[in-house]
Amino acid sequence: MKLHEYQAKQLLTSVGIPIPRGAIAKTPPEAAKAYDELKRQCRGGTGFVCNVKAQLHAGGRGKAGGVLVAASAEEAAAQAATLLGRRLVTKQTGPEGLPVSAVLLDERLAVQCELYLALTIDRFHAQPVLLASRRGGVDIEEVAAAEPSAIIREPVDIAAGVPEATLSRIADTFRCAGEQAVVCGEIVRALWKLAESHDASLVELNPLVITEEDQLAALDAKVTLDDNALFRHPELAAMRDESQEHPLELKAGRIGISYVGLEGTIGCLVNGAGLAMATNDIIKLSGGEPANFLDVGGGANVEQVTNAFAIILADARVKAVLVNIFGGIMRCDWIAQGLLNATQQLEVKVPIVVRLQGTNVEEGRRLLTQAKRLNVISVDELAAAARRVVELTRAV
Amino acid sequence: MSILVDRNTRLLVQGITGQAGAFHTEKMLEYQTAVVGGVTPGKGGSQVHGVPVFNTVQEAVTQTGANATAVFVPAQFAYAAILEAIEAKLPLIVVITEGVPTLDMVRVRKRLEGAASRLIGPNCPGLITPGQCKVGIMPGYIHTPGAVAVLSRSGTLTYDAVYQLTEAGLGQSTCIGIGGDPVLGSSFVHLLPLLEADPQTKAVVLIGEIGGTEEEEAAALIKARIRKPVFAFVAGKMAPKEKRMGHAGAIIAGGKGTAAEKCAVLRDAGATIIESPAAIGKTVKAHLGRAILPGGCVTSRRSP
Repeated sequence: MKLHEYQAKQLLTSVGIPIPRGAIAKTPPEAAKAYDELKRQCRGGTGFVCNVKAQLHAGGRGKAGGVLVAASAEEAAAQAATLLGRRLVTKQTGPEGLPVSAVLLDERLAVQCELYLALTIDRFHAQPVLLASRRGGVDIEEVAAAEPSAIIREPVDIAAGVPEATLSRIADTFRCAGEQAVVCGEIVRALWKLAESHDASLVELNPLVITEEDQLAALDAKVTLDDNALFRHPELAAMRDESQEHPLELKAGRIGISYVGLEGTIGCLVNGAGLAMATNDIIKLSGGEPANFLDVGGGANVEQVTNAFAIILADARVKAVLVNIFGGIMRCDWIAQGLLNATQQLEVKVPIVVRLQGTNVEEGRRLLTQAKRLNVISVDELAAAARRVVELTRAV
Repeated sequence: MSILVDRNTRLLVQGITGQAGAFHTEKMLEYQTAVVGGVTPGKGGSQVHGVPVFNTVQEAVTQTGANATAVFVPAQFAYAAILEAIEAKLPLIVVITEGVPTLDMVRVRKRLEGAASRLIGPNCPGLITPGQCKVGIMPGYIHTPGAVAVLSRSGTLTYDAVYQLTEAGLGQSTCIGIGGDPVLGSSFVHLLPLLEADPQTKAVVLIGEIGGTEEEEAAALIKARIRKPVFAFVAGKMAPKEKRMGHAGAIIAGGKGTAAEKCAVLRDAGATIIESPAAIGKTVKAHLGRAILPGGCVTSRRSP
């Protein structure tokens, strides 16, 4: 689960990582009030300038026009009005963009240099790992590709935490010395504490800056929480912003179906994530374009199949559906009956190519053939089924 | 031979009184797996499908001489259940449970350093040595004893691959679903050396997926140390670019992770790349077919 910048910064504050002063606003009048409050906190005079930053679950917003400035309460309200409710397209959102949920007004700091500090999980070594670079900011991935040595990686021991030696190596990387190195060490330890105590799979400070007053502060922050661990963090689960999720994906997720909308015309209904990806692959290999990735779950029962059809057909672009089910524990004859019921109940008009394999497959195929539904076509072999469904979309 | 599980496996089921635990205990018993005990705290003394239930893993091990465990307990309790199995020094721990928190698995991996246990999973279908022992939730009847090992990150896609192999007359030595989670007990690289050393295994089918670096790590190992033929399919060639947040994931993976990149490094390591998921059985058959059949590849199918 992703958090907004302002939510991430609340967590940073709770573990003592310094951030610029700021205030959140969800309407233009709130933005005007937030400006006045921030100005007072910063002891700013007339013409006090602050950032107005769009809150959405993606990076790259600066380059996409999602960070504006305001020099008065009226201007803050106007800038908020341009951002709020708009969909912002950045290089991390996909072409449809994401809606701006709120704006964060924050203090502008005079910056000496931009650093990068993150904590994530190294899957292969099964360890948390800290990443640190002197060259933080928007181009960190280009730095990582062109000059990997500019980013240091430091493992964290899950039991013992961050060792002293790691703290000094990161401080050296940042060229922090004396009191600044001490603060830097506190920030690194706090970052690990935040990740551990909240089950975060990513905490990223980019940029972490050194101000002209030689102070460290996190200007932007990204936090991703482990969905599997939300059961022990109800207060974090409540921070979920569903407006940042695709409506159909969200609806599917609530009933245990994993759905991702794609650009094509062939709806896919598959049990198991690997098989679902492989089904999308074979459609493309056969010259077609999948309309979605859909995993009804390894078990796949009749109710889920009906639910899945409803989701697939909510996409008006779908011209045909390929059902690919490997019946393991769930028998193919049950799946076939479920399919027939579901398509009848939902009055499905588009052609459906069904490839069943596994337990009781002969009985399942017999049921499909016997039903004599014009639009339900049983094909035994996956490659042939993919070719057939592609032909059908061409014929329409 | 085969690896990890065989006729001598004596299995515990942790969470045996739960719905999934009880159901799959029955299925494993049907496959002639020696399920010697179950564990559910507070339910000791009862029975599930004739299998005695104990309160603790240690007690079950002492009473039954179990040497493996299948964990079906809910995700919230999986960490404690796994720790109990490690402390009881069970050589093999297979975690079927889906949804185990990542940091819990990091803690488990730490506890496994220097421990006597090997862990498969979590979020996996388990493993099977056809005709001998099934530890997990895969449909048993699609498998047939033979010489091809299957290692996979998926569930149903693995069943499909196994089905294709069986249809092509190629039996399997051991099939292992390593699981789909970010942090796994055993990855491809931990299991490939066991298969290389197993006299029954003549070839390996590796089924990967986009994301993570399991396939890249496997490719490096195959290049350096694996002499048996490896066939690889990577699912997700056509997947859209992931919508993501932040940069750390991309930095840590070093820009790896797409199916095309994974296939390229596996091909470079000498693996035969299978392009279509419908061609897994056919491709292996075309490359090995006769070469291994005389070496003991049993082709008779088990009846369902």
